Amino acid sequence: MVQRISREEVAHVARLAQLALSEDELDAFTSQLAAVLDHAADLEALNVDDVEPSTHPFPLKNVLRVDEPGEDFNIDEVFEVAPKVEESQFRVPRILGES
Amino acid sequence: MDSWETVIGLEVHAELATKTKMFSSALNSFGGKPNSNTDPVSLGLPGSLPVLNEKAVELAIRVGLALNCEVQKSVFARKNYFYPDMPKAYQISQFDLPINKEGWLELSDGRRIGIERAHLEEDTGKITHVGGGGRIHEASYSLIDYNRSGVPLIEIVGAPDLRGPDEARDYVSELRSILVTIGASDGKMEEGSLRVDCNVSVRQKGDKELGTRCEIKNINSLRSLGRAIEYEAKRQIEIIESGQKIEQQTRHWDEAEGRTHKLRSKEEAFDYRYFPEPDLVPIEPSEEWVKEIADSLPPLPRDRRYLLAETIGVEPTETSLIVQRDLDGFALKAISFKANKKRVLVHLENNLADGTGELTPEAFASLTVMEMNGELTATQTKTVLAELVRAGGDPQEIAESHGFESMDNSELEEIVDRIILENSDDWVVFINGDETERKKKSGFFVGLIMKETRGQADGKMVNQILSDKAKN
Repeated sequence: MVQRISREEVAHVARLAQLALSEDELDAFTSQLAAVLDHAADLEALNVDDVEPSTHPFPLKNVLRVDEPGEDFNIDEVFEVAPKVEESQFRVPRILGES
Repeated sequence: MDSWETVIGLEVHAELATKTKMFSSALNSFGGKPNSNTDPVSLGLPGSLPVLNEKAVELAIRVGLALNCEVQKSVFARKNYFYPDMPKAYQISQFDLPINKEGWLELSDGRRIGIERAHLEEDTGKITHVGGGGRIHEASYSLIDYNRSGVPLIEIVGAPDLRGPDEARDYVSELRSILVTIGASDGKMEEGSLRVDCNVSVRQKGDKELGTRCEIKNINSLRSLGRAIEYEAKRQIEIIESGQKIEQQTRHWDEAEGRTHKLRSKEEAFDYRYFPEPDLVPIEPSEEWVKEIADSLPPLPRDRRYLLAETIGVEPTETSLIVQRDLDGFALKAISFKANKKRVLVHLENNLADGTGELTPEAFASLTVMEMNGELTATQTKTVLAELVRAGGDPQEIAESHGFESMDNSELEEIVDRIILENSDDWVVFINGDETERKKKSGFFVGLIMKETRGQADGKMVNQILSDKAKN
């Protein structure tokens, strides 16, 4: 049996995803997420020793593109719908913290 | 201070020299009007999907092979964070399955430094903070240029094997030289196509355990790298010696102030919630492809150091400077024209730091032979060499036009005798003085003789005659 996800963990994940959740929502999502994780935990009953781990549902690999420039792209169309543009750059409110 | 050891591990990001971006066909090019090299993928517009650039994969494999890594099946992962340099709120990188793992790089002194991994990831956009003197916290707003967003990067993670600022600088110059040689990157630190993050910790010499490390960001030159390491090691040693503990931090190097500032602590470190990128499938390069790439690699700086060293008959450490200056091909050519090998080494190291100019390998070869035959003194050789670099020509003719003829020994001895007679007090000091006095007087006599012969005497010969006369 895996450990159930805690309310604190859900609050932490929500904060990382920049979601503002109310106390009621936190309770609701905690039980919903726990149910999803319980379902996934059922898979642990299976013996997968001989199964290669998969990282993608499609049995594809090496989907590649030739290194050639594509069609011209009209950035002005994007600027028109951007909240603010200054000197061909996107203007955003002041940022706290660093990348 | 002497009982401490500085331990350094570097993470180097290099922009790969592709024509287009990692996941879209917008141009990968430096400079240009802001946001002119963009498209829906590099702007992270909804509905846009990444398609991997074959050339970026090939260049990453080239880097891996050149760093003696194992090239393996790899998977892209999303590194999630909110910051406007990546408008889709995640950066596509590689996490648990990087394309290259476990290699090594050899420093110019022959010591091997471990490479933990070299993985692919996309570069981010460039943010300019406006107002408040460019400082983030005082800025009034920020401007973003996405030209750099989606440019392919290789991140090369080195093991904590480096032991001081000199080694760290040597590692970066060797790495840069490899990247440029194999055509993977232009390696320009000043344009940001090569960026270095530096992990520094200190410990008592002989300790096996690593100390708590701090990561330093914003290092923009080899010089800053050395300064930042020196500063940071000193800071950490002072903290430990005052009885406190090092806190694991990310720190920012301030070039103007010459110090590092705390950016964030371990508790504030980002939780990136990596998971496999669902929009991209795994890369599994075939053995044939990897072999084809391996066969197409040019000789690496290390191979070139060894080849030249073996040809000349010296240690590879002695040829590293010449390879760094890309003059080893010139050296080998001159040697093929029967140049004196040792003189080739000496001149390329000391007298041709600014390049060979108009000098041809043939002329260089003849010049070293003339020098070895005693037809030219060391000083005269340098003069002729400088002229060959400036305007080319025949060393024999240039030597004649300067009136450089090696002086007859008997003629030289007469001059020496005369000068000794004229300065007999000094001569007595030269013969009977202690070592310091002797040295001083030796310089005095050589100077006078050179002046008298207008530099045509061979310095070595003058010294020989002086010491012979002193013994008699």
